[in-house]
Order: sequence, then structure tokens, then C-alpha cells
Amino acid sequence: MVRKLAGLVATLLATSFVIFAASYAAPGDPVTFLAGGKENLTPEYLAAIRAQYHLDDPFLVQYGRWLGDAVTGDLGRSTQYHDQVSDLMAARLPSTLALVAYASVLFVVFGIALGVLAAVRGGRTDSAVVAGTTFATSVPAFVTATVLISLFGVQLGWFPVMGGGSLWHLTLPAVTLALGALAIISRVTRQSMIEQRELDHVSVARAGGLSERLIVVRHVFRGALGPIVTMCGLVTAGMLAGTVTVETAFGLNGIGSLLVNAINTHDFPVTQAVLLLMVAAYIAVTTAVELLHPLIDPRVRSRA
Amino acid sequence: MLLSVEGLTIEAGGRRPILREVSLSVGRGEIVGLVGESGSGKSTIARSVLRLLPAGARVSGRVAVEGEDVLTMGQGALRDLRASKVSMVYQDPRSSLNPVRRIGDFLTERMVRTLGRPKAEARTRALELLDAVGMRDPGARLRQYPHELSGGMLQRVVIAAALAADPALLLADEATSALDVTTQAETLALLRRVQAERELGMLFITHDLHLAAAFCDRVHVLYAGTVVESRPAKELFADPRHPYTAGLLACTPELGDPRPIRPIPGRPPSLDDAFTGCPFAPRCPEATAACEEEPPRPVAVSGGTAACRLVEA
Amino acid sequence: MTTLVATLSPKPARPLGQLLATAFLGLVVAAAVLAPLVAPYAPEAVDFAATLAPMSPGHPLGADQSGRDLLTRVLYGARTSLIGPLILLAIASALGVALGTLAAWHRGWVDAVVSRLTDVMYAFPGLLFVVLIVAVFGNGMTTAVVALGLAYTPTIAKYTRSVALGECGKPYIDAYRVQGMGGFAICVRHLVPNMARSLVGYLVVLFGEGLMSLATLSFLGFGAQPPSSDWGLMVKEGQPAIVQGAFLPVLVPGAAIALVVVSFNVIGVRLADRMGVRGT
Repeated sequence: MVRKLAGLVATLLATSFVIFAASYAAPGDPVTFLAGGKENLTPEYLAAIRAQYHLDDPFLVQYGRWLGDAVTGDLGRSTQYHDQVSDLMAARLPSTLALVAYASVLFVVFGIALGVLAAVRGGRTDSAVVAGTTFATSVPAFVTATVLISLFGVQLGWFPVMGGGSLWHLTLPAVTLALGALAIISRVTRQSMIEQRELDHVSVARAGGLSERLIVVRHVFRGALGPIVTMCGLVTAGMLAGTVTVETAFGLNGIGSLLVNAINTHDFPVTQAVLLLMVAAYIAVTTAVELLHPLIDPRVRSRA
Repeated sequence: MLLSVEGLTIEAGGRRPILREVSLSVGRGEIVGLVGESGSGKSTIARSVLRLLPAGARVSGRVAVEGEDVLTMGQGALRDLRASKVSMVYQDPRSSLNPVRRIGDFLTERMVRTLGRPKAEARTRALELLDAVGMRDPGARLRQYPHELSGGMLQRVVIAAALAADPALLLADEATSALDVTTQAETLALLRRVQAERELGMLFITHDLHLAAAFCDRVHVLYAGTVVESRPAKELFADPRHPYTAGLLACTPELGDPRPIRPIPGRPPSLDDAFTGCPFAPRCPEATAACEEEPPRPVAVSGGTAACRLVEA
Repeated sequence: MTTLVATLSPKPARPLGQLLATAFLGLVVAAAVLAPLVAPYAPEAVDFAATLAPMSPGHPLGADQSGRDLLTRVLYGARTSLIGPLILLAIASALGVALGTLAAWHRGWVDAVVSRLTDVMYAFPGLLFVVLIVAVFGNGMTTAVVALGLAYTPTIAKYTRSVALGECGKPYIDAYRVQGMGGFAICVRHLVPNMARSLVGYLVVLFGEGLMSLATLSFLGFGAQPPSSDWGLMVKEGQPAIVQGAFLPVLVPGAAIALVVVSFNVIGVRLADRMGVRGT
């Protein structure tokens, strides 16, 4: 437990350092780079940047100050919008979180259902699910997005094409975001259930007269739950990063599209802040999933 | 008769059937041994009593429990049979229990989920059973997970669960083979005790002929899916008639026994070894050319039968 | 290592699927090589009379907003779309195999350093590591390919390390060591060639993934820049036309990406399967 949390802190420090130090790797003077290009270079502005990033301090002190500021919520000012980065992010975070939550519900429910169906039914159902998931993992999200917009947005007119706000607006983006995840989860579910089904205790339960339905629910699925939950957690954690493509494809105003805009406009404070948030969330969620593991498998509990 | 197997033949894709024309019976209160090397089909017999057949198997013959044919009964009757008439104890107790469920769950699952008893009643019964198989502090055991108990303790739990629904027939499939020697003795004593107390019929499966001879009333010796000799245990041990039985007895050393140790040459046949004559002929020290021609028929010998041409003389 | 490979493939793809996939990829490679000979137009030939033209004999797959022929562009696009992943995998496997072999050979602190490095890289979900590099070094195909190459390095290093650990345990390595051969020579002349089989199968699966990642970067505007006919960029450029009801500019390159990646996955899974069997 303590070791895991220490690992979490260490990884967070290492990644934040990479994100911070990246600006020094840029060709040319970091001041120019942080200012977002030569056109912004007025002396006052340069001074402001120097002050904001404490560029006159030694490198490690700069990093410490930057990290301290970030932890207390001061992420600097956007060179593009001249707003506080934290305000920019706060305004866009709700819609991104709604998208991620919506997509997570979709992929967990349908992914597990498809996996269970494939494992239990076998035969043609199984082949269809395997073929479908192979295809789904091979189509990049932005292609799915454009196909869904073409078909359901424009051709059939069932869903709004652009913009956000309502659950209705979020449906196509959420489906896009969920599709690849759904394929992964249904595969893991299927594989894990098939492995569990072969175990002796399942046949013992059958020999005890338990009905097939109860065998699947109480033994096969219960036993398969470990890998399924772990994978669901990992995939959900990675989903924030997935919004980068999906929000861009659907023109949604969220954290992901904020990142793309920031990069295309050389707005490095925003880029750093969004990356930091996404990485931190990813690390936090994956650690949380690890901490959840003993609850699912009692054997892990006693080993710890 | 509690269990009667008649002419059971099971084929599942190999070059020879897994079982060929197996017949045996178990009466109430009787312990019947089933002895053979691995691959001889002894577990398949036990599993077919519960109609747990290999995938894609062709089955003929009859397996009757209390007069009802297991192979043809309906799903409801089959579930009833599995839940309350016949129970099985397995070789490896550790893999018999779901690792993520508590001991209590394992014990009560059959009572609650299949027989529809109330949970509280099932719990009381589980406590009684754990006590009956000699486990201390049964209340605490119910809350433990399988990995927290030793193999011997787990086998007691499995036996307790087998007794949960008051079955008439107990199938013990190598029930002590995976345990330490001392635990083995305890488990055997326990099996013997619950069998006697409840007047259970028991089919006791083992690869150890000495153990079977000591533990059982009658013993069937199985080779390559056929019964080669079936006799009362004492007679079989004292005077084996089939060369395979004699070979099995001769290949285990025994203290104070003047018989020399003689391993049986060759290896146990696999499912891809087909036979026209006696399946044991290739490894038999006394085989003649005639043995390879046609399968020997069981002939009556003192107390039972032996399937060997040489016995006829 | 065997279980790792085995779980990649829940079920071996049917030989028919593999045949189709191989044939299709052959066709795509041929298209990339022969694009100048078979394409009906020049890839950047603008013709505003043909703006968003539907399928017709003149434009078999239609035309985009600028009236550029989509068949031509998708044929030329096969070049960037195939060469990109090829280079990025070359970078990633050169670095990854070196690091993985080094870690497996020396164990100890070298191994620890390599695994710490990969851990930090793995802490960046999805394409975020690449995005960071692009943010620092600017958009463009070169940056994108190099960045992806670096991003794939830990994956290959990790895989190489696990294969190499298995291989190092085999007696022939010890035999060379006893003969007094140096560690570097054993690695380069014997260890790496013996791992090549497993690595190639793994790289085929990664190729499809790399193509997908690269196309995604181009779609976001970080990779290929106009007037390139990279498939990801074509989808990006075709997007505004969707609302006008013209789907061909996005569907044609989109389908090209999907089909190529599916083909690579089908073949890769098959290869991984075979390796899994022979590896035991």
C-alpha cells in the first residue's frame, strides 16, 4: 500500500519533470519558446515570462517552483488567450469528464456483455464477436468519428453534427471513444471466461447439480472478474488522452481539443498544464485500480 | 443395487474406446475399488455416473443409480441426481474449490442454490458437517478462503460438502493421492468413518492396488478401458489371477514380503493404441501368439472374474 | 513469453482471411510503388470544376473540395502512409532491441535504469508522449515519425528483454561464453539473430498500430502537412465537406487506413500464433 503510493509519487515527479524539462529541449532560447514565437517578443512580455517561469533561477529551482505553483492550482497564463490556464481548463473540464463518463458506461456495459455472450454461446456468435472486435481495434477513432458523423449526423440526421452540451450531442463522440475500448474489454472478458471455464472447480460445481446459468454467474464470471476490472480501469484511465482525437473530430470544446489548439498555436503553458493533468489522472486511476485488486481476489489480500 | 454399470462403452475420437464394455456394481454400504494406471479410464467411469462425459463422446450401455438410467434421464432428474443422490470427492482439493469464494459459500451453495433450502438452515448444516469431518472451530472456517487452509483441511471441506445433501453414493476419485502420507491416512479414516456411519455406497478410485485391497470390499482392476479382473479384495490380494494384477502387486516393494520387485515392462497404453486381442498382451510376460488374436472374455474364478485366456486352463 | 503471445490471439484467423489480407497488402504496396504510372491525375492537380465530384468514370472515387482526384491521392497516399510506419519502426526497433538486449544481458543496474525509463514513458497514456515532443519541436512528418519511434521504443525494449532473457538461459549462449567470446559479439552475432523470428511477428502487429498512430497525428495536424496526400491528413481536409453531404473525401482514405490496419492485424495475429506454438 505504502509502496504503491510511493511509486505513484515517484512516477508523478518523473513525468512532471519530463513535461517541464521539455521546454528546455526546444531548439533556441526557452524564453522565445515559452513566449510562443518571435512575434510575441516585447521586452515587457519577456520580463513577464522570465518572472512567471523564474527563468533566472537554477534549473532545479525553476522546476520546484513550477511544480509548487501547479500543485496549488497556479498553472500560469495562456500565451494565446491571456487567461489563467486553470480557468481555461476548469471551463472545459466538465464536458470532457461527461464525455469520458458516458463512454466508460458504454464500453463497460457493452464490452462485458459481448465478451460474456461470445464465451457462453460460442460457435457463430463467438466468431462474429471476435471478427467484430478485430475490426473495431483496427479502425482509428478519427475514422470512426467521420463515418458516424456522415451516417448518423448528416445522412440520417439522427444526431447533431457538431457542438456539445446535451447528452444527445455527446452520444456520437462517446460511441467513438468507447468503440476501441469496447473491443478490448470484450476480448479480455471472453478470454478470461474461457480460461476460467476450464478450471476444475467449475466442473465440481456442475457435478454438484448447479444450473449452467448459476455456474456462469457464480463461478466463471466471478473468477474472470480480476482481469476484466483491471482492464476496465486501465482503459478508462487512458480515455482522457483519447478525448484529444475525438473532441477534435467532433469539434467539442473540451480539454482534448484545448490541447490540440494549444500545440497548433504554440501555447506552451496550456500544453504543459493539460499534459500534466492527463498524465496525473492516468497515473492516479491506474494506481487506484491496483489498490482495488485485493478486493476482487482474496489471494492477493493475504499475500500483501 | 445402488449403482449398476452395465456394458458401458465410451468412444471419443481416439483409436480405441476410452471404456469398453465395463460392468460393475456398488451396493448400499459397500466400498468398491477401481484400480488402474493413469489413462485406464477409471475417472471416466466415475464421471459418467454423474453424466459428466467427454466432449463429442459416443456412449452406449447403461449407468443406473437406484434403478434409474443416468445416461437417458431428463435435465431435472439429472440435476436432482447430482445435487442429492451422488457426490464426488476429487484428487486435488485445492483446485476443487473456487479460490475467490469462502468455504461457507462452497458448503452451502448446493443446498441453497440447487436444493432451495433457506440460507440459515444451510449454514447450520454446514457447521454440523464441518464438525462431523473433524474440523475445529467450524464457525471461523466458514469465513475463510481456500488458500488459507492446508490440502488435508480442504479435502475435509470437500468431503463435508459431498455429505451435504445426504447422498447414497460417494465417488472418491483418487481422493487421497495428492495429500501427504499422514494426511492421507487421516482422510482415509475419515472416509471410512462417514461411509460406515451413513451406510454409503462408495466407489473408491485409486492407482494403488495395495491401498484398494486394504480399503475396499471388492476391487475391479482396469486396463486400457476394460475390466481385467474383479474379485473380493482379500482374494485378489492373496491370489491375483490376471497377469496384470499380479504385475501391479509385484511392482511395489513391501516389508517382509519375499516377492521380488518386478516392474511391468513397457508403458500404459494411450488412446491411440488400438488392440485386436488382449490389450495387456504386449506387456504380458506370459502372453502367447493366441492372446493377440481376439479379446479375452471374463471367466469365473474364485469369488469373481478375470479376463485372461490363460486363466481358462 | 509464450503466454504473452498466446493471449494476443484469442483465435487463429482463418487462412482465407490471411490470404485476403496478404493479397490486399500486396496490392497496396504495388499501388505505392506504381502510383505515378497507374494514377489517372497528378496528386496535387486542382480542378475546381470537379469540386466534390461524385464517383464517375472521370473520377472513379470522386474528388475533394479542390477537385483533386481521390483515387490518385489515395494511391500516392499509400507511400507516406507505409513509409512513415516503416521508418518509425526502424527507429524504435534499433533503439528498443539495443536497450532490451542490454538490459537482459547485463541485468543489475542497467536493467533497472532501462525499466525505470520505460516506466516513465508508459506513464504517458496514448499518444501524449508524442504530443509533448511535437509541442516542443513543432509539427511535421519528420517530428511525428521520430517521436513515435521514441514512443514505441519502450514497448519493443520490453518485449526484446523478455525474449532475450529466455534466450540467454539457453545453453548455447553459455557455450560461447565459455569459449571466451565477448558479450557484445555474442549479443550481435548470436543473440539478436536468434530473436529475430519472434521480433518480426511482433513488429508486424506494431506496424498496423504505428500506421494508425501516425494517421491520427496527421489528422490532428501534427504530422503530415498540406499538400501531402497522407491518408490521415486527407480525412482531416475532407471533414468540412461532410456537412455538405460529400462523404467520399473522408470515406476513401478512412477505408484505406482501416483495411490496411485490419490486414496487418490479421497477418500479425497469425504470425504471433505460429511463434507461440514454436516458441514452446
